[in-house]
Amino acid sequence: MRLGEAPRGFVGTIVALHQDAAGATSHELEQHLLEMGFTEGARVEILHQGAIRQDPIAVRVDNITIAVRRREAMAVLVK
Amino acid sequence: MTTSDVTGERYNLALVGVPNSGKTSLFNALTGSRQKVANYAGVTVERKSGGFVTPAGRQVTLLDLPGTYSLRGRSPDEIITRDVVLGKRAGEMPPDLVLCIADATNLRLTLRLILELKRTGRPLLMVLNMFDIAKRRGITIDVDAMSAALGIPVITSIAVKKGGADALRARTDEFAGHLPGPTAATEWVPTSIADLKAYQREADRIIRETVTMPTRPDSLTTRVDAVVLHPVGGLVILATILFVMFQAVFSWAAPLMELLSDSFGALGALVAQVLPEGLLQSFLQNGLIAGVGSVLVFLPQIIIIFLFILLLEDFGYMARAAFLMDRIMGGAGLHGRAFIPLLSSFACAIPGIMATRVIDNRRDRLTTILIAPLMTCSARIPVYTLIIAAFIPATDVWGWINLQGLVMFGLYVIGIASALAVSFVIKFFMLRDYQPAPFMLELPDYKLPRLKSIFIGVTTRAKMFLQRAGTTILSMMILIWFLASFPQPPAGAEGPAIDYSLAAMIGKALEPLFSAIGFNWQIVVALIPGMAAREVAVGALGTVYAIEGGKEAADAIGQALASKWSLATALSFLAWFVFAPQCASTLAVIRRETGGTKWMVITFVYMFALAYLASLITYKIAVAAGLG
Ligand SMILES: Nc1nc2c(ncn2[C@@H]2O[C@H](COP(=O)(O)OP(=O)(O)OP(=O)(O)O)[C@@H](O)[C@H]2O)c(=O)[nH]1
Ligand SMILES: [Mg+2]
Repeated sequence: MRLGEAPRGFVGTIVALHQDAAGATSHELEQHLLEMGFTEGARVEILHQGAIRQDPIAVRVDNITIAVRRREAMAVLVK
Repeated sequence: MTTSDVTGERYNLALVGVPNSGKTSLFNALTGSRQKVANYAGVTVERKSGGFVTPAGRQVTLLDLPGTYSLRGRSPDEIITRDVVLGKRAGEMPPDLVLCIADATNLRLTLRLILELKRTGRPLLMVLNMFDIAKRRGITIDVDAMSAALGIPVITSIAVKKGGADALRARTDEFAGHLPGPTAATEWVPTSIADLKAYQREADRIIRETVTMPTRPDSLTTRVDAVVLHPVGGLVILATILFVMFQAVFSWAAPLMELLSDSFGALGALVAQVLPEGLLQSFLQNGLIAGVGSVLVFLPQIIIIFLFILLLEDFGYMARAAFLMDRIMGGAGLHGRAFIPLLSSFACAIPGIMATRVIDNRRDRLTTILIAPLMTCSARIPVYTLIIAAFIPATDVWGWINLQGLVMFGLYVIGIASALAVSFVIKFFMLRDYQPAPFMLELPDYKLPRLKSIFIGVTTRAKMFLQRAGTTILSMMILIWFLASFPQPPAGAEGPAIDYSLAAMIGKALEPLFSAIGFNWQIVVALIPGMAAREVAVGALGTVYAIEGGKEAADAIGQALASKWSLATALSFLAWFVFAPQCASTLAVIRRETGGTKWMVITFVYMFALAYLASLITYKIAVAAGLG
């Protein structure tokens, strides 16, 4: 499952940073996500979401909270 | 250690760490500076240098740097930090010791950054800051084990507590004794994805071995966020906060303002009584008191707006507001991270434009810079307040909303709406080949604002305002007084003396250009020095009408305007200042931050055009409605 599709309240772990539908997660995006702590095995929880199309989302990654857009969160595979 | 050991060169330290870990707080504590501190990522966007002396008498130069999660150098602020650490800045040696500042409650990303920093070969020292919060939350850290695991010394600090940085100051001597001499720039290659992952695994391992953490997150933050980040409720709260802020600017400040304005009036009258009639009397009464005084009375307003912004910043609300606004701003082609720079621009566009350095995508950054001056900066408050107070009745709407405050709020809203519109136009017509850049922003834990830091923040801003009044505004007022007083009318001349002055000549020469929008020559004259600082326009009007009207007019510029301008002219003047081609210093900052004259000229031209157009439309409609 992709973090970008998960509902509010979702709790899980990151399996991998993965290619998007077109098969191309940009190198840059992967690096950026890694720098913010989205690494394999990290615990994630979707705490809040925005009003318009439920975007962006506030994600608890281990013990910090990060705001990301669902678009970018699509590159994060979770279970 | 004795003082004899420490003769010789200055010792260079640099503060490096993830954003919001307390680097600037520590910098202020060590050097006694008052650099800006706030509870969100990306406060510091410049390299700032300061100094302190260790207990052993060693001279230390300390650099405060923008926060960064890695040495990748994604945005202009992160590049500054990377270049300082790697010694890539021209004419600057790399620091002798890098202080890695960590938020002790939030170590995951910091430890990874430290592992990355170790590769640069710089000597490192880790500072576990915010140790007070860690303790309060029941987080325990085995400092020695952490030091052993990282292979670098680790100390603790509480940057915001008196004496909380003493350990660091004292131990600097110890570390300085054992340092390898300055080295040349290291061979350094950007960290690969594989390395990043490996560092994070290593960091997580160290945390497991040395830190015990309570499982529950900060309860204050959880509870406040449940309300403040509610999809609908959150937006309502944000709108309410802004509404109250602008109402407060108007209503809370009014009594104080009247007091100030009465005092200046009394002072003017006193001068008129004591001094003989003549140039000196006119200069003091009309140039200084009516001119500079009419700007100074707005100090309470400036303080209130800064108080609000500082409280929001220190509490940690700014990042939440950016989160709530991301999609709405995205519709207008703005990046979520543009929110904080734009909100800061309500105080002044200059720090707002500087703060855009945190935006990594150049197009996003440029758009934000172009529209930042449309946010109603505090320098427009005097202009708005003066006109509103003179022309809008102070009645209550629905019993509790002050009509004047409502108009003020409306002007702010128009500023915001036009900024969004301009951004939308830019998105569609100019910079089209564009993919939305990622938006990732840490939402920090809330911290209760500390009275002392709010007090320092407000007084610093108030001092800056007074300083401007004493320099830029004062010199402009002297110029205006001079232009409005000379040449003196020939003996036996008819009409007010000012009609013979240079000011009248200039104003009347340019008046035809502005008569379509309802401006008289006095306004035209006031607009010119208004380029130096917007408030000067108010002071200049004060001086011009004081000289023209003689003694009685001097202490009541609002009344003078109310009797001389039509409502249509007043509204047109307000519309002009919503867009008003910004002050010279804003233009200079735009040139510096965009690296060229081009965008400065574009900003100036587009704002001038919008100002003229808005005034034209306002004036025509108002005249058609019979308000001319
Ligand atoms: N309780 C407590 N608060 C601290 C401490 N150090 C810093 N703070 C607060 O933490 C927040 C961030 O501090 P800054 O000094 O602005 O952080 P910074 O690292 O310079 O941030 P950037 O410039 O954005 O990278 C502010 O709200 C400070 O008041 C500390 O030791 N204890
Ligand atoms: Mg800082």
